[in-house]
Amino acid sequence: MSEPAKPKVAFYWCASCGGCEEAVVDLAEKVLDVVAAVDIVFWPVALDFKRQDVEAMPDGAILAAFVNGAIRTTEQEEMAHLLRKKSKVLVAFGACAQLGGIPGLANLSSREGIFQTVYSESPSTANTQGTLPETLYKDNGHSLSLPEFFDTVCSLDQVVDVDYYVPGCPPTPKILLQAVETLLSGKLPPKGTVLAPDHALCDECPRKDTRPEKLTLTAFKRASEVVLDQEKCLLAQGVVCLGPATRAGCEALCPRGNMPCTGCFGPSSRVRDFGAKALSAVASIIESNDEAEIERIANTIPDPVGTFYRYSLPASLLRRKKARPVRRAA
Amino acid sequence: MSNAEKMTEPNPAQSPGAGAAGARRRITIDPITRLEGHGKIEVFLDEQGNVERAYFQVPELRGFEKFAEGRPAEDMPQITSRICGVCPTAHHMAATKALDGLYRVTPPPAALKIRELFYSTFMTEDHALHFYFLGGPDFIVGPQAPAAERNVLGVIARVGVEVGQKVIAMRRRLRELMALVGGKAAHPVLGLPGGVAKRLTAEDQKQFQQVAQDAVDFARFTLETFKNVVLKNSLYVELIRSEMFTHRTYYLGMVDANQRVNFYDGSLRVVTPEGQEYAKFRPQQYLEYLAEHVEPWSYIKFAYLKPLGWQGFADGRESSVYCVAPLARLNAADGMATPLAQEAYEKFFATLGGKPVHHTLANHWARVIELLYAAERMQQLAADPEIIDPNVRTLPTAAPREGVGVVEAPRGTLIHHYQTDEKGIIQKANLIVATQNNAARIAMSVEKAARGLITGGNVSEGVLNMVEMAFRAYDPCHGCATHSLPGSMPLLLRVHDRAGSVVATLRRDFDGKIQRT
Repeated sequence: MSEPAKPKVAFYWCASCGGCEEAVVDLAEKVLDVVAAVDIVFWPVALDFKRQDVEAMPDGAILAAFVNGAIRTTEQEEMAHLLRKKSKVLVAFGACAQLGGIPGLANLSSREGIFQTVYSESPSTANTQGTLPETLYKDNGHSLSLPEFFDTVCSLDQVVDVDYYVPGCPPTPKILLQAVETLLSGKLPPKGTVLAPDHALCDECPRKDTRPEKLTLTAFKRASEVVLDQEKCLLAQGVVCLGPATRAGCEALCPRGNMPCTGCFGPSSRVRDFGAKALSAVASIIESNDEAEIERIANTIPDPVGTFYRYSLPASLLRRKKARPVRRAA
Repeated sequence: MSNAEKMTEPNPAQSPGAGAAGARRRITIDPITRLEGHGKIEVFLDEQGNVERAYFQVPELRGFEKFAEGRPAEDMPQITSRICGVCPTAHHMAATKALDGLYRVTPPPAALKIRELFYSTFMTEDHALHFYFLGGPDFIVGPQAPAAERNVLGVIARVGVEVGQKVIAMRRRLRELMALVGGKAAHPVLGLPGGVAKRLTAEDQKQFQQVAQDAVDFARFTLETFKNVVLKNSLYVELIRSEMFTHRTYYLGMVDANQRVNFYDGSLRVVTPEGQEYAKFRPQQYLEYLAEHVEPWSYIKFAYLKPLGWQGFADGRESSVYCVAPLARLNAADGMATPLAQEAYEKFFATLGGKPVHHTLANHWARVIELLYAAERMQQLAADPEIIDPNVRTLPTAAPREGVGVVEAPRGTLIHHYQTDEKGIIQKANLIVATQNNAARIAMSVEKAARGLITGGNVSEGVLNMVEMAFRAYDPCHGCATHSLPGSMPLLLRVHDRAGSVVATLRRDFDGKIQRT
């Protein structure tokens, strides 16, 4: 072969919505450049390569595997291990893989709680028999299996070693392209790097000049209660905007839609726990020294966990009552 | 049987070995990767090698209903959009409408128009993409064409590179408009109780008008392509009409005050397998008419018509199985609300022998008719001078209690139902998504295709594509059109004997070659 082999790239999804796959399709005309530069060897959503094809590859044969979605089943865990073994570089792609994402809010409940709500308490569900999906079931002698769910949703790096992270829910096409270019350049950044700008979203927000020098609030408002000005700093208008705590890179898409940042790009490199950082950023603008008054103001935020940890509960320092799943070898 | 006993059974899909002739057998099709997450089919054969039973399984559950509890209601449009990254707009809008109901607030006219314009833009994008990338290849390239060509690349080869570029560019422009209004195209942020977050400027409106005009032209071109490629080919028309892909079920869809198809708002109408109106109800009454059945072998629940009770996976008037999505919407309505789409609607039923049409594959044609409607509706709304009125919010004043929001997602009726405390914190959430409505009929379609194809133990390569086509007409709400850029549905099919031993494996590779091992 005269033509040198193109670098091999894999895409895989775990517990996710498909929005990260959309990010790839949203490259639009540029998707053809990506296809020209790399050889996609595994992408179950689009291509007919199977798990067994990946298993047959030599270890490290794939330059980079982009894995999106959180981990919540044994199958996903196995796939994460397999792709880790076969890839030089494993990239956690998108908020769910990086931090656990919105499906990670399920960690506020348990598997049993979810089953009860969905299959028993739901007002449209007629299930007087109390039937529940079973991992192995015999129906008239036909044995049928379903995958097993973990009680806890995990981020990718809680299951396997991760080299890089691409943030966002979903990552923007621009961030994705830059990440691919970085990996193809051969000049790899230090392990653990989040492939996005390392400063706060406020820096690239079109409203940043309207943010007061010293911003203080005596109450928080909910977006449902207020008509928001389309030009002014959203935090200054009293709604919880996580721009100050959130990594830049999306170019402030939600504020451009006249809604506050909810933190999907996660923290900057200096922060371990995104929710704690976001909470402290917001708490710092509460104007009071009186404990009761501070509490009153803080209570105007009705759902602190869902607000500050919306995308990062599994990756947070907050621990659940129950233990995480036992890690398995590949 | 205890769990421990169950777990000691061998996993049939992984057991190697040779099977005995004349024994009952099992066929596993797993994975089917064009579904969002994974889908799985299990086919059981009797001693004669005929299909005894086939199961369509969805091994996926994320529990949004549960972790919605405790969240502020106004966060639901953004949280529930993460159910599906390909049709997030449908969840976003159903949730937003549920918030209107929750706070008993009516958005200003401009807000309602912006919502519907945004939604029509989304439907245009989604339907077009499905036709060219997912459903279309079966017809434009051909059901019997080599699988390697039966994909978007084959479509481009057939209709020309410039058309391919046109499709990509059209989609990009529609997505850009969605980001303009909704902040993000995937997981938008515009929906609030009583309106939208952002008003439309005169400049935005001009952009919408331009793109809408191009979208209508594009939709007409698509319909023309469908006519030339499919309708002028008697083999395709025969295939659409074949019994293999036909089910006589009830149909559900949203209609406006004139009984015409509407994606954004209206009443829910059900017609019988004979085409008469069975029920018409407000979305808030859904619990009187719709219910869900649980099977222990799938995570998905199977919706059915509640007054008829669950009667199993069966066709006909006595069965309570109903169907949603483009074909169902056309069947459940009396027509389309825009002129070009109405013309196409009439031609559709005239060609296929009147209402209702029961042929599952006719979904592809129905989808193109809806594409035309969505683009025409986009054009109407973009031309409306009121749409740039700056008043786009009615602030809620009533105490929140309960709200139901319904839209027609690209693949069918989507219901969000919330109950909150007096502070608007979600206490209970209930969701019926498009694929749950269709789950029973999808399961039946898979079984029927398997029965039609597998007789006397003959498992031909053709099984792969026929099963694939039985799926493809519904697929998207899981499998979401854009997931499937190039490539045909990859399939792995294992034939097992009764003891669970593999007697044959068929594999279709990316290049479309079938391998037997």
